Formats: sequence, structure tokens, C-alpha cells
Amino acid sequence: MYNFEFSKPSTIADAVTALGQEEAQALGGGQTLLPTMKQRLAQMSTLVSLNGIAEMKGVCTNDAGEICIGGATTHATVAKETADSYPGLAGLASRIGDPAVRNRGTIGGSLANNDPSACYPAAALGSGATIVTNAREIAADEYFQGMFATALDDGEIITEVRFPVPEASNYQKFVQPASRFALVGVFVAKFADGVRVAVTGAGSDGVFRWTEAEEALSSDFSKGAVEGLSVPSQDMISDLHGSAEYRAHLVKVMTGRAVAAAS
Amino acid sequence: MPKDSGIGASSKRREDVRFLTGQGRYTDDINLHGQAYVHFLRSDVAHGVLKNVDTSEAAAMPGVVRIFTGADFEGVGGVPCGWQVTDRHGQPMQEPAHPILAQGKVRYVGDAIAAVVAETPQQARDAAEAIVVDIDELPAVIDMKAALADGATKVHDDLTSNLCYDWGFVEENKGAVDEAFANAAHVTTLELVNNRLSPNPMEPRVAVGDYATGTDESTLYTTSQNPHVIRLLMGAFVLGIPEHKLRVVAPDVGGGFGSKIFHYVEEAFVTFAAKQCRRPVKWTSSRSEAFITDAHGRDHVTKIELALDADNNFAAIRTETYANMGAYLSTFAPSVPTWLHGTLMAGNYKTPLIYVNVKAVFTNTVPVDAYRGAGRPEATFQLERVIDKAARELGVDPIELRRQNFVKEFPYATPVAVEYDTGDYEGTMTKLLDMIDRDGFEARRAKSAENGKLRGLGVNCYIEACGIAPSALVGQLGARAGLYESATVRVNATGGLVVMTGSHSHGQGHETSFAQVVADMIGLDENMVEIVHGDTANTPMGMGTYGSRSLAVGGSAMVRATEKIIAKAKKIAAHLMEASEGDIELKDGQFSVAGTDKSVAWGDVTLAAYVPHNYPLDEIEPGLEETAFYDPNNFTYPAGAYACEVEVDPDTGKVTICSFAAADDFGNVVNPMIVEGQVHGGLAQGIGQALLENVSYDENGQLLSASYMDYCMPRADDLPFYKVDHSSATPCTHNPLGVKGCGEAGAIGSPPSVVNAVVDALQRAGHTHVTHIDMPLTPSRVWAAMQN
Ligand SMILES: Cc1cc2nc3c(=O)[nH]c(=O)nc-3n(C[C@H](O)[C@H](O)[C@H](O)COP(=O)(O)OP(=O)(O)OC[C@H]3O[C@@H](n4cnc5c(N)ncnc54)[C@H](O)[C@@H]3O)c2cc1C
Repeated sequence: MYNFEFSKPSTIADAVTALGQEEAQALGGGQTLLPTMKQRLAQMSTLVSLNGIAEMKGVCTNDAGEICIGGATTHATVAKETADSYPGLAGLASRIGDPAVRNRGTIGGSLANNDPSACYPAAALGSGATIVTNAREIAADEYFQGMFATALDDGEIITEVRFPVPEASNYQKFVQPASRFALVGVFVAKFADGVRVAVTGAGSDGVFRWTEAEEALSSDFSKGAVEGLSVPSQDMISDLHGSAEYRAHLVKVMTGRAVAAAS
Repeated sequence: MPKDSGIGASSKRREDVRFLTGQGRYTDDINLHGQAYVHFLRSDVAHGVLKNVDTSEAAAMPGVVRIFTGADFEGVGGVPCGWQVTDRHGQPMQEPAHPILAQGKVRYVGDAIAAVVAETPQQARDAAEAIVVDIDELPAVIDMKAALADGATKVHDDLTSNLCYDWGFVEENKGAVDEAFANAAHVTTLELVNNRLSPNPMEPRVAVGDYATGTDESTLYTTSQNPHVIRLLMGAFVLGIPEHKLRVVAPDVGGGFGSKIFHYVEEAFVTFAAKQCRRPVKWTSSRSEAFITDAHGRDHVTKIELALDADNNFAAIRTETYANMGAYLSTFAPSVPTWLHGTLMAGNYKTPLIYVNVKAVFTNTVPVDAYRGAGRPEATFQLERVIDKAARELGVDPIELRRQNFVKEFPYATPVAVEYDTGDYEGTMTKLLDMIDRDGFEARRAKSAENGKLRGLGVNCYIEACGIAPSALVGQLGARAGLYESATVRVNATGGLVVMTGSHSHGQGHETSFAQVVADMIGLDENMVEIVHGDTANTPMGMGTYGSRSLAVGGSAMVRATEKIIAKAKKIAAHLMEASEGDIELKDGQFSVAGTDKSVAWGDVTLAAYVPHNYPLDEIEPGLEETAFYDPNNFTYPAGAYACEVEVDPDTGKVTICSFAAADDFGNVVNPMIVEGQVHGGLAQGIGQALLENVSYDENGQLLSASYMDYCMPRADDLPFYKVDHSSATPCTHNPLGVKGCGEAGAIGSPPSVVNAVVDALQRAGHTHVTHIDMPLTPSRVWAAMQN
């Protein structure tokens, strides 16, 4: 680790000011950033912790019925607080990493990082969530811009994420054996006006929507509706843990399982 | 009746008190006054000419004490290899130099180029980043077969090729073996890979060097399985320090699995640098560094053929193996694919003719050496896989085919140079079948099928050679050391005993089980006996702990020394009771005169030995302390039968282990609880190899599996609850305890049954083209095998 200054503001406004400095960086739960720093692969002048900002923590429901999760809310809190209101989301959060990771890692950190194998991007895209920052509101469909790339500007902070609640939903995660991130993860959400299917772990541009499945499932929300579809493998990741063909196959299998399990 | 103390009792591990309360004292806990820290600058390319190492800017950075490069080691020896293999043509293996810091070339990602000694670890690392290295990259030699092709780039320019040796065993039998194949009724052929593994002990390696100017003595504290071997190799071959001026201490060590047997360059470096810098120098490996510097294990590519006669008797075995040595020869690397592998190719079966060919190859990868099982897992895997394949081809039951070919009479001289003293393979197989309810398999399979899962059952046998080894024999085979053990038993005046052993405990529980043996022999409470190990300054010479040898060899030395103690104590007791020595009996810590009610307690005798007021001084010396060396007559041959039941998810290829049973013959057992623990750990490693673990390099020699994000260690939820049994036992005939060794069996015996079970599941589901899948059987590999 290289040396850095540390600041822990208690308001969003102070955090924004602190992040305005040259080479400042936000710290959420540190579950991605700290290992990177230890490897000396990240270097910053000031690390600005978002963990002291009360207005960025917790889960509530707004007037539109959306679930609003503070950007610095841990996975464990999301798992607990949304268990009744949005079981598909709670199920996803409860299977991220291990208890230590879930009690430190935050939804804002996960979405800001946009790891191609991370779970939350599938929930956000699959739910059609809104990413709220200190400066604006970004629709999930606009937010994810490829592996580790998002619509966030430098120093922009995710302060809240708003999830519309579907009638039924489920997340199926097929783990990469070593890291236990998603080798392929599929989030299926059935809304009154249609079905959304978001896939993580598989695409070489990061999380994506499987539109053919969405169409098929919108007219027939059953496992059988996706059986005849096939996922092209050319845009899939191929690595030590699975070929592009394998991932393409798993997208279909996991989508079917998510539909069958959706509640 | 289970005993509650002594041999056969499941005494609680006394060392766990300190381990579980955070009171263990590991090498990294040792901090010496004035110590500096070293950071190694390591090559990030696999192969290249080292043109220049510019340390000028780094040397001026804050806290830097001194920077070393290869040039500083020009007059110093490299780390030696401890075993010389002679090839098929009678020529010695090719043996490259292995300098402490790279000279002229870098040969793998991780090869140490420079070492910065500084006041703090941080400063050492900062300065290392400021060193400017100029490397002319060369093509990386990664694939073993390509490495042996004509015109291949050479890893070592001064060798004639990348071939370390081409070994034939038994070379004289080759013609007869070929003829048996020509006449065989059936031949089964299988090509397979024994995947490369990273050992991953919980404690990464650490080394602290110290030098005392006043006495000219060097001390090395290190994470080693064999401090005496390190002292011998480093003192005599690397640094030229006589043993009486060199002390090596291996305190509590957090697991080794073989990887801490070897003498590593970092150990020699800190010892050398401490003297040069006149202050202690400490190195602590990071986990990332461990992946690229701890010797890897396995990495064999093999073709095995099994010839059978018309009655399904095994007629001959022929194998061709490519064994990866990595970039340099680690301490025992050459012995693993040869003497620890070829000699086990008979397995539990009477196959009259066997020929094993091994080509050991240099590549631009981390050196490969012994890892839990070392050679025997590779032998077992190929043999037990090819037998399963043969059974399927012949349409016979795989268990019956094994049974039919079992060795049944002992001693049994194999055609591969070893003689099994005792065993009962039918016994362990029968025991196994009792444990697994084979008859219920069909019903379980139907149940799995209802849930959409494919169920399979895999069985295999194994035999291994432990208790390495008769020194004269291994000397003939190329070992550059003897392989005895020794023990000193020191009885104190008030009756307590201290047993000093040259072997080492790093997870095996020796402090408990060794004390059980000595206490049992005298009839004392185990807590009267303390086991001391790990420091060359206070233990007698020993070759260390590996190859499941410590109880069989070190324990035997302990028995011999204790026998000498008892013999002398009887003399003293005879004197005290004015009786004849021949009439003295020892039981439960009391000496008595046969046929009388006269007795003296153990403590009376020990006190007399040290306060010899009433003592036969003209016949025996005062004191009660004895040393014994024990050189074994043979290897020991633990053996067993294992079974695994799996479910395969046909949609994803994921394998789940439903049950695993192990019936082992370890001979006599000193502490059943510890033995079961050793089997559990071994099974976890074997199942890890079969399903999860794999070291993977890309074609440029970059390690792809360089962290736990990509190298998959087994976790509790990957493993079933095991059924283990060691009641079908045939005591070893040639050591005083009748013990065989249990440390590696689980890792040796389990991979084939896992793979056999998965292949069985796929075959039963109609995937008849799947006759083998290379380990690890990850979901993606199993799924790919099912396609086609
Ligand atoms: C062992 C382990 C297992 C894991 N398993 C999984 C898994 O199965 N699935 C999964 O999805 N993830 C997994 N993770 C990742 C985990 O969920 C992380 O918590 C997450 O990726 C990052 O969140 P964080 O709060 O820790 O962010 P940090 O590590 O603190 O930060 C990550 C990045 O986001 C930025 N950042 C942080 N917060 C904000 C914010 N509010 N606004 C803008 N930028 C911000 C930081 O500057 C940094 O660039 C695992 C991690 C570990 C260590």
C-alpha cells in the first residue's frame, strides 16, 4: 500500500468537496479497493470514506413504491431489510461473498465498480433501477457502459439506488468455483408491463439484457418459453473457468431456473 | 475398548492449546533487535536475458541498507539438488545451477532478480520499485512436449536440451514388457494429465537470518519441515558455514504439505545478508509471492497401457510420462516422478511385467517438487483410472477386476524393485463394501434421477510407500543423503522425560502422539513426556518430516532410545533392590523383582541416577539419557480402498460429492483421532485436486491462477462428511511399532475414485463416449465432455 490521507466526512456535500481534490478517491466498504491498494495497483492522495454519512445508509420505500437504498448501505443490510419487500433482491444480496464481505461491502461500491462478474449490476439492470448521484439520476439502462465502466463522472457519488418492485423476481447465480463471484448470474423480474432479464458474469461488455428472453417471457412467463432460444457465444467471456460456449449455455439454463423460482 | 492413554488412545492434541489460543510461535512472530527487512524484486517475464540491473536510484532511497543482485553471489554456491537420477543410458541427469539471485537470465515469473534490504518492509518495497531492469525477452518454454522438440528454446543455455533425464524402469524389462503387449488378449490405453497444484499452506514462508559477530555464528529461523536438512544443504553447499557455526530453527510451522521440505533461495539469502549487513534480515512471503515461489506439485502428462490376458489377469503395464521440473531443480524434484512414482506402479496388483518411462523437462515455470503424496498420487491415479477403463471395455465389474488381480501373499516382490512386507487388500476392500451399501446404489441413483441428477459410483485401491527409507538403498537410487532418524531421550532427576527428535511437526500432532509412545513404554502418564523438535541446537540429526515417515522412522528411533533408557534404569533398580538385573520387571512406572513384593518407583530410579549416593558407579555412569539412530530396513506400505458417490447436474456439469468412504490399512495406530484427522485433510486435498485446484500458465508463462480469485481451494461446503475406517490393519513387520504412516493416504487415494465416479455417472446416463476427463473436473470441463 502507498501512503494516503484519510478523510471521513459526515455529509454528502463534504464528501463531494473532499472528492474534488486532485487524486482523491471514494471508499465504500473497501472490499474491492483495499485489496487493490495492498497490491499497490491503486494510488490516491486522499481516501474519502463514505461510511460516516448517515443520509447514505439504510433502506426505505418512497411514495412511488420504489425501494430506496442508500449508496453506503451494506449487502447484509439490504439482505435483511428487503427480505419481505423485494425477495429477489434480498436473495441476491445474501449470496454475495461471505459474511465479512456482506457486512462491509456496499451497493454503491459494487455499482460504481461494475465488475463484469458482480451481482448487483444484474439486479439494477434487471429491475430498471435508478442510480441516484450527488448530481443527477441515471437510469440503469444508461448507467452500465462496459466492463468496469459506468456513466459516473470523476468524483461523482452514488448516494441512492431506487428499485421498482416487480410482481415476481429471482436471481440465479452459478458461481465461478474459486472466487464465487458469478460465472453467470441471471436476474429475472416480471413487471405488469413486461419482463426484464439481466445477465452478469457472461458478457464481454459486462452486464446486459437478454432481450429475446424478455420478449418470450413477457408473453409466456414459464421456463419453457426460453427453451427454444439460444444465446450467441461470440460476445461472451472465455477464460480459465469457462468457455464462451459454456457461458452462453449457462445463460439459458440460469434464466430458466430463475423463471421457475421467481416469486 | 478404547484406551484412555498411551498407544491406541485418542489423546487430545496438546499443541492445540497454544494454536487455538493464539499462543503459537511462528517464524513471523520472531523479531530480532535491529532487524532489517528484505524485499525481492522478481521477474515479471517468464524467460529473458538479464542485460542490466540498475540499482543506483534505488540505493539512494530512504531506509535502504543495501541492495544485492546476482553479481553479489558470484563466489557463492547455488541451492543444491538432493537427488541425482541416472537415465536410461546410464548417464546422470542434466543439473543446472540455481543461483540465489538470477545471473545472466531470468527463467520464470517470480525468479528473484534483486533483493533490497531496508529499515522497513515498506521502504524495501519502495526501493525495489525504483530498480531499473533491462531484460531481453525470450520465448517462454511452457508446454513439455514442445520443450523437447528439435530447436526448442533452451531454459538453460549450458545444457544440451530441456530434457533433465529420460528414465527407464526397469530398463532391462522393456523387451519383455513389449512382448507381453504384443501377445495380450486385451490392451487398454489411457492418456491423462495429473494437474499441477499449488501447495497453499496456511502460513506462507518466512525466513529470518541472524549473525553474531562475537562468535561468528549464523542462525536461520525458517518455516521448514526439516531444519537439519536445511542446515546441511545451506551450510555445506551454499554458504560454506560449518554446522557447528550454523543453527537452523523451525519453530511452529503452519502446514507444509511438502512445500517446506526444500531449501529455498530466500533462506540462503537472509543468512548471507545478515552476515554482510551485520544485522538480522527478515523476509515474509506475501500470499501472492507464495503462488510464484513455493514449489508446485504434480504436473505429469502420461500415457498408460494395461495388457490383460484372456482371463482378465493383468499381464503388463507400460507408461510414458512427461514430468515438469519447472525452471530449476528443487531439492528433491528428480526423485518424485522416478523413485517415488515408478516403484509404485504395481499398485495392489500382481502384474508380472512393468515398464515406466519418465522424461523430466525444464520449462519456464515455478520449480515443481514433492507435494503431499509426491509421485504416489500420480502412480495411483493412472493405474486406478486405467483399470476402471479396462473393466468398462471388458464389461466386467471394476471391483471384481481389481479383486481378481490383488496381491494376496506377502511378502511380495513387485517387478518394480520394492517388496511389500505385509497387507490385506481383500480385507480393506471388504471393509469398504461394508461401509458404502453398494446394493443400495441403484435406488439412490433412481432418486437422483428423479431430481434430474446423474449419479455415479467410483471405487479405487491405492498403495503407497512411506517411512522413507533404507539409507543404503536410496543411496543406490541417487539420494545424496541418508534417510534415518534419531532421538535423544533425556530423563530428568524427578522422572519427567524430554524427547528430542530430528523430525518436525507442522500440523501432524507429534507432540501428542510421540509422547503417547514413550509414556506407554514406561507406563507413565503422557504428561510426563515432552517432545522437543525444530531446533538444530537442541535436537539430534534428523532428515525431517515428509513422506509419512516420522512415526515409522523417527518413532522407531524414539523406541530404540527408550529401550536403552529402560535397560539402564533396570540396572539401577536392580542395584536399589539388591536383586539381579534379569529379575527386574517394569510395569505402570514401577520396577519390581519377579516373584517378590519388592518394588521401586520410576522416580526413585531417576533420582538415584542423578543423585548417585547409592549407585553402581563402577558399573554404569550416572545420569539417564540415551540417543538412538534408526535406519529402516524397508519402506512401509499403507494401502486401502476408497469409494466416492457423486451427482452430476447435466445442465451445468457441476459435480457434487454425495458420500466418500475410506478404508485404510495403516498398520498399528497410536492415536486414532489424529489419524482420522490426517485422513480427512488428505481427502480434502485429493478431492481438491480432482474437482477444484489447478495451476494454469498462459503461453507466455504468466501465471493465470495467481490468487484465490482464480486458484480454487476446497472449502467446507465442497466436501462431504467422510466415512473413514482403519480397522482392517496388518502391522508393519519391520519396525518396532508396526506402524506404516497415514499422512498422505487421503491425498493419494482419493482423486481416482472421484473421477471414476463422474465417468460412471456419465456412462450410465448414456454419454458412452466419455471415458476420461482431465482433472480438475470443473463444471465447464464436465459439461464440455457431455457435449459432442
Ligand atoms: C472475498 C470476496 C468475495 C466477493 N464476492 C462477491 C460476489 O459474489 N458478488 C459480488 O457482486 N461482489 C462480490 N464481492 C465484491 C463486493 O461485493 C464488494 O463489496 C463490491 O464489489 C465493492 O463494494 P465496496 O463497498 O466494498 O467498494 P470499495 O471497494 O470501497 O470501492 C470500490 C470502487 O467503488 C468506488 N466507490 C465506492 N463507493 C462508491 C459510491 N457510493 N459512489 C461512487 N463510487 C464509489 C470506489 O472509489 C472504488 O473505485 C466480493 C468481494 C470479496 C472481497
